[in-house]
Order: sequence, then C-alpha cells, then structure tokens
Amino acid sequence: MPFGGVVKASAFSYAKPSSLSELFDLMEMYGDRAKLLAGGQSLIAALNMRLASPTVLLDINGITELSGIEVKGDVVRIGALTRHRSLEQSAEIKKHLPLVHKAMPFVAHAAIRTRGTFGGSVAFADAAAELPACCVVLDANIELASRKGRRIVSARNFFKGLYETDLQPDEVLISAEFPKLRVGYRSAFLELARRHGDYAVVGVAVHGKFQDDMFSDISMVFFGVADRPVHAVNAGRALESARLSPSTINTLRSAVSLDLETYGDIYHTAETKLHLAKVLAGRAVSIMALGRET
Amino acid sequence: MNNASEVFDIRLTVNNIEVVQRVLARMHLADFLREELGLMGTHLGCEHGVCGACTVRVNGEIVRGCLMLAIQADGAIVETIEGISENGEISALQKEFHQRNALQCGFCTPGMLLAAADLIARNPGANREEIREYMSGNFCRCTGYQSIIDAVEVVCRGKAGVQQGGI
Repeated sequence: MPFGGVVKASAFSYAKPSSLSELFDLMEMYGDRAKLLAGGQSLIAALNMRLASPTVLLDINGITELSGIEVKGDVVRIGALTRHRSLEQSAEIKKHLPLVHKAMPFVAHAAIRTRGTFGGSVAFADAAAELPACCVVLDANIELASRKGRRIVSARNFFKGLYETDLQPDEVLISAEFPKLRVGYRSAFLELARRHGDYAVVGVAVHGKFQDDMFSDISMVFFGVADRPVHAVNAGRALESARLSPSTINTLRSAVSLDLETYGDIYHTAETKLHLAKVLAGRAVSIMALGRET
Repeated sequence: MNNASEVFDIRLTVNNIEVVQRVLARMHLADFLREELGLMGTHLGCEHGVCGACTVRVNGEIVRGCLMLAIQADGAIVETIEGISENGEISALQKEFHQRNALQCGFCTPGMLLAAADLIARNPGANREEIREYMSGNFCRCTGYQSIIDAVEVVCRGKAGVQQGGI
C-alpha cells in the first residue's frame, strides 16, 4: 500500500496548540477555514462522511487548562475539555449536580464518552443532546474567550437554533459554571431513544424544589423536540405550589402543550413528539416527588 | 505540533510493540491500524460512531477507532483485538462466545469483545440489564444479541465469584 492509501476525510492540515494564546494565533491565521477539534465524536464523523471539509483542524486537547471539574463556593465549574466519562464518574458531580450525573448514562455509549467532551457537546448544540439541556435547566453560565477577553453568557441565551449558538467565530468555549444543588432541591432526567445511548426522540430534564410535599421554583427543559433545548416556562408555573396528584399532572400536560412547538423528524411526527413530551413530563415530576433515583 | 501540517511522524505502542510511522493528518486510527499496520481485526462498519465494530483501547479506555485521528494516538498505548486475544486476556469471553454461537458472521465480534472486556474490568458483577446497557453501543446486524449477552453474563458471574485466569 503506497503511503496515505486509504483515507475518508478530505485533506486538511492539523495543529495542536498547547495554550490558549497559541490557539488564538492559529484562529487568527486561518479564520473560518479552521475547525476546533475537541473530543471529535461528532466532528470526525462529519469529516469521514465529508459533511465537513475544513482546511485546518486545531486540536485543543493539548490545552490542559480547559480540562477539569472544580467546586468553589456555591458553584461547580466544568472545563470545556472535561470528558463525559469524567463527569459520569465524578463524586462531586454526583453530589452537587445530581441532574448532570443522571444525564450522563444517556450521552451516547461508553466508547464515545471516553473521548467526547462537555464543551464539545455544548458548543456543537445538537438539539437532541443531553448536556445543552442540563445547562439550560440548571441556568448555567457559559464562559467564552477570545483574544479580546472573556465574557459570560447565560445558557438560556446561548442556544440560538439548530447547531447555532452565541459563540462568535473568534471565540472558544472555556467552561460552564453551575449553581450547586441547594437544600430541598431535586431533579429528574428522562429520555426516550430508539436504542439506549442514541440521540433522544424526546427528553426532559427537571430541577426544582420539592419540600413539604409541594413543588416550587421548578425548571423544566425538553430536548429533541425543537431546534434547541426548550425551557418550558408554563410547565414550571403550572407546578408552583402544587402537590403531586392526577390533576397536577393534567395541568402540567396542558402547560407543556403551550410551551412546545415540536418539530417532526423522519421517524416521529410533531404530534407524536408532543404526546411523548407530555408523558415524560408527568413521569419526571412523579419521580421527583417520590424521590426515586433515576 | 504547533505548525499546521498534513503529514506527521507518530510514535505509539500497539499491542506492546513500538511503532513509528508517517501518517496523513486525515487518517483515522482504525484505518491506520488496518491499512498501515495490517491489523485487520479492527472492523469498520459505519465510520460515524454508531456501530461499534471499530472499538479499540487507547490508554486503557475503549474508544471508537473511526472517531479518533491516528495522529491523536501519538504517544498512546493502543490495544486491538489481536493484542488482547494473543495475551490471553479475553480467553474466557472468547470461549463463552464460541460455546453459545454468540457470533454469526463475526463482523461485530472484535468490537463486542473489546466492549465486554471493558465492562467486566470495570463492573465484574454487572447484571443482565447493565450488560445490555453497556453493550448497547455495539450493533450485531445478524441480531445475535441474546447469545452475546448470555456469554458476557456467564463470564461476569464467574468473575463476580472466584477470580479466574482471564476475562
């Protein structure tokens, strides 16, 4: 076999900067001809199928400052390069961000979680992905950096559409900061998929207070139903000061209908997705109230 | 590697053998193993991360060989089905697969064995549901799932009890 015989991706150059400042140099040099390579679990698939053909790949895996989980004060900071597997196995995530801990087994499969990164998933912004929904429901702050400096964007303003975020061409996603779990707060995470680990047909993440048998301050986010994670504001309102009962579930289901304008896909119509979202919403708040681990 | 280039020399350990090779940046790890090193046990099904046939171990963790560039394995320790077969690590799994006919065409088998060995190393007491969940990242297009799960379960039970010679 002559050198370089079998390849699938179109030709590109590769560079692996070891600091953010080197990365910014390269980003300036190549502009929109460059793509950042983090875990590569979506990007390399796109390269193999020639859905993406960048001139140069900038591999950020050598920028170690982007990796790690840090608990400080009332927040948990997750670095962009933190692998899904690290999140899945982290005792601190389990304790302070139980919702994220519950979501991790739904993120693809073990052999993908070893490579895939938190920041990659958030920046890629697949509408059916779990981590963007976790960021929105927990009201995380996303930290972005460019040569000019750093800025913070609320996750609730970060996701703009299908694979579209507030990340600017000269910016890199650095981390996200989540408020730690507070007393009396609980969460649930549920997802329907055709095969465990595949992208969600419909998923729901719920977080809020359940004390003295009463819901309050509930945030509910659906994913896999529209072009981005959808914060179901009416659903949260419907649960305020409510107790778990069949009538609460019915009120919640009506509120979900107001919140969601579902999109159909090749497998499921918009109506099916809305129905499934309502079913999942009811299950999720029941699990929250009954305190069952899921 | 701060200067962008299309070609690199990489040095890595594959199945305990040090390899130095010139690669194109765009070559993925599974193609590198198959085409450059002749290790044909790593199979390529979908090449976008869905099927699991290309599962290999990099620095002790299973990965999709098609979703990692060869150049990203520079400096890494890579193990393929050939390596973990020859060193006897998965002999018990192979025996149970064989006994139950847990392979039909055999295309998915290397990936299945890598995934199963990883599960057994991490969670030797896994129950059937956990096995199914862990193996969900690997497709068998002959649909031989029941006997595959059976084989893994038998080895898990053996491991959970008395420690045996190999997985």
